[in-house]
Amino acid sequence: MDFNLTQEQTQFADALRRWVEKDYGFEQRKQIIESAEGISDKAWGGLAELGALALPVPEEQGGFNGSAIDMLVIMQELGRGIVIEPYFATVMGAEFLKKSGKHADVLEQIAGGEVKLANALGERQSRHELFDIATTASKNGDGFVLNGSKTVVLHGAQADKLIVSARSSGAQRDTNGISLFIVDANAVGVSRRDYRTIDGYRAADISFSNVQVGADALLSAVDGGWELLDAVADYGVTLLCAESIGIMEAITAATLDYLKTRQQFGVPIGKFQVLQHRMAEMFMEMEQARSMATLAAVKIASDDVEERRRTVSAAKVRIGQAAKYIGQQAVQLHGGMGVTNELPVAHMFKRLTTIELTLGDTDHHLARFVAQPGFKSAA
Amino acid sequence: MDLNYTAEDLAFRDQVRTYLEANLPQDLQQKVLNHKRLSREDFVRWHKILAKQGWVATGWPAEYGGTGWTATQRHIFEEECARAGTPAILPFGVNMVAPVIMAFGNQAQKDYYLPRILSCEDWWCQGYSEPGSGSDLASLKTRAERDGDHYIVNGQKTWTTLAQHADMIFCLVRTDTGVRKQEGISFLLIDMKTPGITVRPIIMLDEEHEVNEVFFDNVKVPVENLIGEENKGWTYAKYLLGHERTNIAAVGRAKRELQFLKRIAAKHQKNGLPLIDDAVYASKVASLEVELMALEITVLRVISQDSGRPGPEASLLKIKGTEIQQRLTELMVEAVGPYGLPFDPAFLEGATEHSIVGDDDAAPLAPYYFNFRKTSIYGGSNEIQKNIITQMILGL
Repeated sequence: MDFNLTQEQTQFADALRRWVEKDYGFEQRKQIIESAEGISDKAWGGLAELGALALPVPEEQGGFNGSAIDMLVIMQELGRGIVIEPYFATVMGAEFLKKSGKHADVLEQIAGGEVKLANALGERQSRHELFDIATTASKNGDGFVLNGSKTVVLHGAQADKLIVSARSSGAQRDTNGISLFIVDANAVGVSRRDYRTIDGYRAADISFSNVQVGADALLSAVDGGWELLDAVADYGVTLLCAESIGIMEAITAATLDYLKTRQQFGVPIGKFQVLQHRMAEMFMEMEQARSMATLAAVKIASDDVEERRRTVSAAKVRIGQAAKYIGQQAVQLHGGMGVTNELPVAHMFKRLTTIELTLGDTDHHLARFVAQPGFKSAA
Repeated sequence: MDLNYTAEDLAFRDQVRTYLEANLPQDLQQKVLNHKRLSREDFVRWHKILAKQGWVATGWPAEYGGTGWTATQRHIFEEECARAGTPAILPFGVNMVAPVIMAFGNQAQKDYYLPRILSCEDWWCQGYSEPGSGSDLASLKTRAERDGDHYIVNGQKTWTTLAQHADMIFCLVRTDTGVRKQEGISFLLIDMKTPGITVRPIIMLDEEHEVNEVFFDNVKVPVENLIGEENKGWTYAKYLLGHERTNIAAVGRAKRELQFLKRIAAKHQKNGLPLIDDAVYASKVASLEVELMALEITVLRVISQDSGRPGPEASLLKIKGTEIQQRLTELMVEAVGPYGLPFDPAFLEGATEHSIVGDDDAAPLAPYYFNFRKTSIYGGSNEIQKNIITQMILGL
């Protein structure tokens, strides 16, 4: 077994880290959050220049065909810098296109930094169940007409194109009858309400009112989109897990540093055993989480769908638990400063919290893990 | 990154598996798998079977009769043994005193003791802890005074695992009281049949006789039983503590026990359904399984990084490993509910074929749960392990 990153991966991580430190500092980030756009074209250009946008794209479309391990490296670095650009949304959207084998032109534009994507999958009633879809896609000649609304679409208003799940047949919670589309964000009938999220990101509620799309907008088989949706959501989870590892590393390092410098009763507070043990727990949580993020990144490519599902869910569970513990303890150990909005630690805690609520929370994935046939057949 | 075993590793695993299928006696296997108590003869029997194959000393270099295996091979071997349900090879001789003899003993000591450890001719026990020195090991008080060709040993050791069966004990003794406490300690090998040694059982929560107090009353120990130099014992003791830490997390056994847990949780019912179908109980099992998955990868990461000799990360493995083991036994007892109550020592010792109440799976589980409370205490309590992480890794 070999847990080492390749030389290329290490170099890429180093370059990205330097870029984050130089061009995406805490102050710069704050300005972007406060800007009307909520994202930075300059930063996007920087990510494109570094090759971060080309990395996941297939070679035929001008990319580097990066594996999930390559993406682990990127997402960790972006996590470390709590970068709020629509990278996750775009890369997850690109995975839909890669897996569908369609819209090679869009993938090319992604690699070039010209197009951003968002994934309009969740609805008001669906919570974490992505098959719970009320949005409809009705046959109309060669194409379809979309009606319905999607909520809390990450970077939905900043995206040029949207990946949309819709029901072409069946009941609201059926896994059969789902179809997936790529829709121009400015198409007639699409309206988007942009807002800030608690972690400094942007999200949008998006409604589709008689939106006409052609047959070429279809990314899955008609009614047969569930497997694709489930697989790409799992891919998205592995990205979020990797991002969490980067954040946890940064927040743990910052907390450790604080324990070594902050003086109370005439000594650094890190001399108090109760705080030392808390820090040791944080370290252990991080290492266990890191193991699962690595495992998920390896297993996401598995042809064994059950193995993929159970590993990805296990990773989301373990990382969700670790993130909650580490985030909460980091704030606690920072004392009063920890509950202000002034330190990076606060923003890291908030991002860890929102990741927990994205693409299935810990309880959702624990239940999904239990629901895999292997959980009981082992008995 | 490649998380697959190599073809050689897989071939090795098959070889081990085939060997175990052919050579692990079924009665021994059943005892282990069913959480029964093992006798001295059970341990010795399995030790001798493995010795014939040359697979006892997986951590020794080949020149001393060890396997010379890689860290990965050792991991695979341990996992396969756990999976099959072999008795443990007790660590006191093979993994504790032997490396010290190899590193610091003289030629005569190596020539005499090491083959006897391999063949299980000597059953060793460990004389480290004392009533007043647990985690603060260097504060030990057992005295050894030089008297011509002998040391005269006086004092008391405690928590001495399976000393009632032992032929030999390796002891830390104080040979100089006038110096810093770490500097006056020596490492002695003592024959348990020497006059003046008394072994007194300590009965644990599960009512099993597993540990003892060992008293030394003017015990005469030949000076040739001193390892290395007088007053340098603390160095050897630390070497021993840091040496053998593979399989500290016992992932293989935990995986086997998880299967057992699921099996009994499928057999016992709640609200007319198998307990494993109960959402609350299933989520506890699932959480534990996820933690175990993470630990397995963490162990493999550690092995791949430093060829099986983990440094302070071993503390993480010990803490997480023991927490998982304890949680497993806890959920086992929960699974069998009222069947956890009956206490049936005759069944546990193998004197009866079936347990009083008739649920043979359930009968050993409460004792097992109580027994496993020791794991977060022995080998350096989990709190001490956190101190190690704090100091060695975090630098606080």
